[in-house]
Amino acid sequence: MDHKEGRSGKSWHGQAETKGVPVGVFIRCDGCQATLFRKHVAQNLWVCPDCQHHLRVSAADRIDQLLDKDTFEEWFIDLQPGDPLGFNDRRPYPERVKAEQARTGLKEAAIVGQGFIRGIRLVFGVTDSNFIMGSMGSVVGEKLTRAIEEATRQKLPLVIVSGSGGGARMHEGIFSLMQMAKVSTALGRYHDSGGLFISVLTHPTMGGVAASFASLGDFILAEPKALIGFAGPRVIEQTVRVQLPAGFQTSEFLLEHGFVDRIVHRRDLQSTIAQLIDYATS
Amino acid sequence: MPSATEPRLAFEAPIYEMESRLSEMEAQYARNRSTGDTTRIAEQIRRLRRELAALKREIYSHLDPWQVVQVSRHQSRPQTRDYIDLLFDQFIELHGDRAIGDDKAIVTGLAHLDEHKILFIGHQKGKNLAERTACHFGCAHPEGYRKALLKMRLAEKFRLPIVTFIDTPGAYPGITAEERGQAAVIAENLMAMSRIKSPIISVVIGEGGSGGALGIGIGDRLGMLEFSYYSVITPEGCASILWKGSEHAPKAAASLKMTSRDLLSFGIIDEVIPEPLGGAHRDHREAAASIKSFLLHALRQIKDLPTDELLARRYDKYRKIGAFADDATRAENVNGALEG
Ligand SMILES: [Zn+2]
Repeated sequence: MDHKEGRSGKSWHGQAETKGVPVGVFIRCDGCQATLFRKHVAQNLWVCPDCQHHLRVSAADRIDQLLDKDTFEEWFIDLQPGDPLGFNDRRPYPERVKAEQARTGLKEAAIVGQGFIRGIRLVFGVTDSNFIMGSMGSVVGEKLTRAIEEATRQKLPLVIVSGSGGGARMHEGIFSLMQMAKVSTALGRYHDSGGLFISVLTHPTMGGVAASFASLGDFILAEPKALIGFAGPRVIEQTVRVQLPAGFQTSEFLLEHGFVDRIVHRRDLQSTIAQLIDYATS
Repeated sequence: MPSATEPRLAFEAPIYEMESRLSEMEAQYARNRSTGDTTRIAEQIRRLRRELAALKREIYSHLDPWQVVQVSRHQSRPQTRDYIDLLFDQFIELHGDRAIGDDKAIVTGLAHLDEHKILFIGHQKGKNLAERTACHFGCAHPEGYRKALLKMRLAEKFRLPIVTFIDTPGAYPGITAEERGQAAVIAENLMAMSRIKSPIISVVIGEGGSGGALGIGIGDRLGMLEFSYYSVITPEGCASILWKGSEHAPKAAASLKMTSRDLLSFGIIDEVIPEPLGGAHRDHREAAASIKSFLLHALRQIKDLPTDELLARRYDKYRKIGAFADDATRAENVNGALEG
């Protein structure tokens, strides 16, 4: 658990302070390689004060940063992954899940629920790239689908923050692939009912997550320099056998090519979301 | 039947051996026919033919998942354009996405299937190197998925059922594909297809590779040819990520449970479409006939459903897919089989 400072008893589950690796006093910025006080970076929304590099944020910290204080109510906490394939890659999948749960304090890679952003009630979802790379198995798909259905029923705005390097979750095979279909199908109904969906892309958003709900927002925002794309850079390199251009598959690359509405600094994310909701629901 | 110059699958060696013995015998029969008595050799040929059929049945009823993958990729396996010729009385191809270009990895057009007028969409891999290069080996670019959606909108407007054939290792992983929004167009197709007011029937005819397959694969009925696969990732891709080497692909193929029987048992597909004895590559015509009867049956089932009903059922079809437990209610879900 890296990103745990400043959190006190809350209702969602991603906060088991004592689990996982010990927290160090210093961390190194991936952007400028500077050694920084962990506390300073945490106070700065996990953005490097020197170079503005956006470090990864846990689902729990994201909720703290984006939602009004103490307004988040988590839904569907008790969903647990099954093991439909009996999958075993050096370690049975159920064991892997248990180990990830112990390591991260999360039950799964997605947290959904309702909360307020600047006084506006909305349905909120976030994927945590720390849990099996934030990949979308049955539980992530089911949680997001239920959240979207709830937003449809209650006619609430929907915000989903994606951080999923894995895309689909191989360990659940075809069930994982079909979650792309399930979530997109639910979003189809939501959009048809006039719902407002703001998709926030953070580092990294790849594969089956990028190729489903993350790309289906009325508004698509991205944090600076996030890795966003369909195929992984290494797979592309092996296929086309040329050096990938600098900045390939970054937020800036997507903006340049027309697939992101705005790149938003983390400190402006909450206000931007509130402004967009205001335009769309007046 | 594959010609001698085409690559042969190792596990089919006994079949080829028997086939060559059979053709020798047939040649001998032809030579002897004018000159002497052929009763004995004719009897031997009949017996060998029976043995050959039994051998094919034996081998093909025990294929392991990796062998299925190999059959699904067989160079002589019928592809979308073969089926277009064999299935449709008429086919009017429609090109292009009216934005970027005409992706040859996805073929779209209007077709007559018996009395039904349909919109057809299918991945095309290409037969020889030139074709394969032009088709990117069946890996579509964003313009391919856009083309497919554009034509599906036509079908919706003019109330034509949609038939799609899936045969791709995956959507193209490349620089231009990313520049043109591969992720975004696939996402768009998934959502759009879930709401399109035409009945949609899909068949996996070879490789059902991940998002690239799903991008033309959302609909009301899904069938798989017996020796095709449908998977979240290719076995090679899975092996190189989880087992650090593509040589572990056979293990990955088995672990991913990607065969038609697996997917039927999971309730993901509606039907396994039987292939001719010894695989579709041995008899294109019979493979096409088998697919045709699936399509006609599926069309009969859903063609006249009221739109609301059609879309509600399509929603439920995907809504129930998932394998998870809900500790709160102590219910388990594997595709809607709720207990507890
Ligand atoms: Zn820095």
